[in-house]
Amino acid sequence: MNNAGIGKIQELIYDLSVGDVMKKDVISLSPDISMYKLKEVLRKNRISGVPVVKNGCSVGIISIEDLINWLTKKGAGSSVKDWMTKDVVTVYEDEKLIQAISLFDQKGYGRLPVVERKEKKVVGIVTKGVIIESLLREIEIDYHEEEIRRYRVSHFFEDVTADSVTIGLIYQVKGGDVMNGGAVAGNIKKTLQRLDIKPDIYRRVAIAIYEAEMNLIFYTDGGEISVYIKPESICVNVQDHGPGIPDVKDALRLGFSTAPNWVRELGFGAGIGLNNIQRCSDKMIINSTVGRGTILDITVNMETL
Amino acid sequence: MKLEKIMKILDAEVCCGTVRNDWDITMVGASDLMSDVLTFIQPDTLLLTGLINPQVVRTADVAEVKVICFIRGKKPTEETIKLAYDKDIVLFKTQCSMFKACGRLYRAGLVDCLQK
Repeated sequence: MNNAGIGKIQELIYDLSVGDVMKKDVISLSPDISMYKLKEVLRKNRISGVPVVKNGCSVGIISIEDLINWLTKKGAGSSVKDWMTKDVVTVYEDEKLIQAISLFDQKGYGRLPVVERKEKKVVGIVTKGVIIESLLREIEIDYHEEEIRRYRVSHFFEDVTADSVTIGLIYQVKGGDVMNGGAVAGNIKKTLQRLDIKPDIYRRVAIAIYEAEMNLIFYTDGGEISVYIKPESICVNVQDHGPGIPDVKDALRLGFSTAPNWVRELGFGAGIGLNNIQRCSDKMIINSTVGRGTILDITVNMETL
Repeated sequence: MKLEKIMKILDAEVCCGTVRNDWDITMVGASDLMSDVLTFIQPDTLLLTGLINPQVVRTADVAEVKVICFIRGKKPTEETIKLAYDKDIVLFKTQCSMFKACGRLYRAGLVDCLQK
């Protein structure tokens, strides 16, 4: 399995709960059932152990090992309660899967009854096999969904017949919306990744847009970011309606800043932003009129799509 | 260098995310200035910062940084943790100051991402 797959599994075991993966139709036995009956249950269902349950609650666990002990020793008593393990470790259904995996790993248990938190009734069972099966299923679903999405989008330019194809993405940015600052850049980056754009290209576009987006949030009442993806280039247009930049040359000087303190506290406003946009783009044009607003055009060229 | 080793060097603890053993970190970027981070940081770098707001995670996401370590024991905000979880970014915190954290990592062989 590749690194991404391993990472996904690690993520899943921290993400999924025991209840998500447990086997729900639990075969269980009452403590008064005979060991003969246990032998039949294990054989018929091709399982190696079952939880012992009284009034819905876990009171023990009995496995094929206990059955062998009984067969060889034939000691006192022939009920399940005489041979079962009484100190049963259980897991709650809302516990994370990692908890169950740690127990299997550290204590060497073969199975863990799953109980609900309120009345401690047995609601399911987990074994290593059940966990592996559910993880593989989750991975498969996730892998297929992303593959299909990537395939569809990355073949967009090939599948559409026209003399010229351009994908246009338009986003509105609210002035002062610091909490969502950078969300547009993040979304555009993800879209460009799915379009199979080269990493160095989408990274430059995303950084330029991020800086422009933060400028809209910090210094204007909001604006619009439009991205036009063509086979040969990505063009970005950022527009706002004020207050405008009095001297664009000044604004482009490294370290020049009119940022208030609250902007600086957020880690911005050091007079680097516009420079950064320029550095990331192959072409940058700024048109600004005080009182009317600013229009920023950026182009990033790409050799092949 | 494996994340586990970096955590040991910095006496760091995880705030969010899974410490993956398949990630190899060779570079470090340290700054509280997000525009600076966007200027110099390279993909797959460890970012050391004293800022704990969600903008750090947004910046890391755009710059393709997978691991952020907060210095001086600063605890990231709930919004920061939630966003990091969504963006699949691992967050650590260390009691070390910025100077100490950089020094320890430099001594251990990690390099400045501007050097690469």
